[in-house]
Amino acid sequence: MDWGDSAEQASFRAQVRGFVGERLPDFYRELDANRSGLDGGWQAHRASDDPEESGAARDWARALAENGWVAPNWPVEYGGAGLSVWEQFIFKQEMAEAGAPAVGGQGVTQIGPTVIVHGNEQQKEKYLTGILEGDTAWCQGYSEPGAGSDLASLQTRARRDGDEYVINGQKIWTSNAHNADNMYILVRTDPDAPKHRGISLIIIDDIHEAGVQVRPLVDMTFNHHFNETFFEDVRAPVSNRLGEENRGWYVGMTLLDFERSNIDSAILDRTLVEELIEYIGSDEGAVCARTGDLPTLRAEVADRYIECDVARNFGMRIASMQASGVVPNYEASTGKMFGTETHQRVMRTGTKTLGLYGNVWGKDSAYAPMRSQFTHGYVRSIPSTIAGGSSEIQRNIIATRGLGLPRG
Amino acid sequence: MDLGFTEQQELLKNAARDFLENECPEQLVRDMEEDERGYSPELWSKMAEQGWQGLLIPEEYGGVGFDFLDFCVLLEEFGRALVPGPFMSSVLGGAVPLLVAGSEEQKQEFLPSIASGDLIFTLAQTEPSARFDEQGIEAAATVDGNEVTISGTKLFVPDANVADYMVVAARSDNGVTLAIVATDQPGVTVNQLLTIARDKQCEVILDGARGQLLGEDGGGWESLQPVMQRYAVAECAYLVGLAQMDFEISVDYAKERVQFGRPIGSFQAIQHKCADMVTDVDGSRFIMYKAAWSINTDQEDTQMAVNMAKAWTSEATRRVVAHGQQIHGGIGFTKDYKIQLYYRRQKRAELAWGDTDHHRELVADQLGI
Repeated sequence: MDWGDSAEQASFRAQVRGFVGERLPDFYRELDANRSGLDGGWQAHRASDDPEESGAARDWARALAENGWVAPNWPVEYGGAGLSVWEQFIFKQEMAEAGAPAVGGQGVTQIGPTVIVHGNEQQKEKYLTGILEGDTAWCQGYSEPGAGSDLASLQTRARRDGDEYVINGQKIWTSNAHNADNMYILVRTDPDAPKHRGISLIIIDDIHEAGVQVRPLVDMTFNHHFNETFFEDVRAPVSNRLGEENRGWYVGMTLLDFERSNIDSAILDRTLVEELIEYIGSDEGAVCARTGDLPTLRAEVADRYIECDVARNFGMRIASMQASGVVPNYEASTGKMFGTETHQRVMRTGTKTLGLYGNVWGKDSAYAPMRSQFTHGYVRSIPSTIAGGSSEIQRNIIATRGLGLPRG
Repeated sequence: MDLGFTEQQELLKNAARDFLENECPEQLVRDMEEDERGYSPELWSKMAEQGWQGLLIPEEYGGVGFDFLDFCVLLEEFGRALVPGPFMSSVLGGAVPLLVAGSEEQKQEFLPSIASGDLIFTLAQTEPSARFDEQGIEAAATVDGNEVTISGTKLFVPDANVADYMVVAARSDNGVTLAIVATDQPGVTVNQLLTIARDKQCEVILDGARGQLLGEDGGGWESLQPVMQRYAVAECAYLVGLAQMDFEISVDYAKERVQFGRPIGSFQAIQHKCADMVTDVDGSRFIMYKAAWSINTDQEDTQMAVNMAKAWTSEATRRVVAHGQQIHGGIGFTKDYKIQLYYRRQKRAELAWGDTDHHRELVADQLGI
């Protein structure tokens, strides 16, 4: 066991750190640590009306593209960097330490890899370059009002009509649909088959042109990130289907062999705890933070710091397994569950430490401690234990797939 | 970076597991709870044949010369098998202080016999104040050349009832000072406590007990730092193995026990407890090994890594064994069923060398909160 870098790892780390240090636009250096919430991140900045935001997003994407680092995990032949597991891990670590955003959104993380694995030559040619160059923004049409944790019960229908699919139904929680060009969507193509076996994965090009209705779903942070999307006889060519018809569930679940440590979240949380500790020690903190009067709070902050280290170890374990050719089983669920629950605890401890000042939502108020990061995070972190497989689903997976307990 | 075992560690782990499954069965663990000495001399010598008492001792002093990470791999197996006896006392409370502070002559004299199992050592540090800090050491020492005379009461001294020698921490005019004290002398009285884990912790009354100086007069507290670091992490390793086994027994039980016509392990209320147990066990394992690695490679933040490991592991393993009891229902409360052996021993190791509250406080200090 070794928590330190090998010579090669250290040299790659120095390369990434040097690059980020030199090329990261100032806009990102000045953002708050808790930048990964629901504000849409890089994708929202790219679509922003503010030229500083959109300019920074574009410049950063171009800089990363020089090294193939827009898609660090994609094979080199498709324009990625083809990084090894540990290189991906180090890359993510360094990006997170510097507060540098990954670019490309779900295009890079989800649909691109799926096209690489399941797409035909024509589809690869049509989509991959656009994803890498940031020309096409993507959104994902998976969840439905009646299909959340039980995603495979989705009801949106696609009926064949000659060379086209005709799609009817509704999706929900469609992140960034209002800024997106294309959507990849899971639809039911065989309503009579068992639920996992009648689903197909289809790409809808230019959703606004295709007639997809996008309605904002403003969340409890008053932010517009999610949408409801409605499909009424929306047409997509059959050639836009990825993989075989009715195999879409499995196509959608297959991802490239990318590094799954979530190390960036562990680093974000540790950064937040460190910033909180720094604040407590500041002149303003002496007034606003209650750790001086309440020793139990001091202990609570220490607990959060320790938990961030546990989360980091869970991430390193996953990378270690992958690097030695082992596919993580329940370990990925453990990491997700523990990481997101720690994230919420960090936010809770932060607001608690700030007492009444934990009320202040307005970031620019003179009374906003740490630009209200913890107050925002306290609300924004709610979906972290729900999206991407809720904590309850993760525990089910750990118990049944990991520990072999009988399904209920 | 790599969180996997080396080949040598894999071998050590497998060999230890096979050996202990045969040589340290549940019945032996139970017998030793009622035994006056608290250990089996037969098992003790077989362990010495494996080279375990000498694992941390360099070859030149009759040991095997493995490192501290390897040692923690072995201790994880000890926790799994609940190995009773003075192993940790003799190695961590005897060999380690000798390696840290001993003169060449003292090392030559004692280390080969500790490695062979012929001598048993223990560390007499804590007192009725039950503190782990420097102020906790109040026993009075008078130093005269290499000879030290000590009076005072040491409490919670593990295995003093069978130890040939104790490393005693006492206070001279120059501060905390260590001495090697033979237990078999008129100035030493040993009284066993009846403890939750039925291990052998003792009250040791020193009344003009004589021993030889270990390290510098007044240099004892500094010498104890690496000892306490290793001891705390070793207790974490023991806890990880103990919690892993408690968890495995509980999962097996949940698969077998049928109520309402189905195995209780098919109920999500039980499944989610099991998921939390494995998360706590794994979380403890890695934070413990990170601390062991820090000690091994002498990292700058070793003290912090040790405090974080003991803070986390003490509480996480407590949650594990509590879930283990709950999953077992009534049967788990009986003396005959094995799960209770783990529950009671977890508390001993949780408290040893500082529990969560103690170490968390030290973490908070270092963070500057």
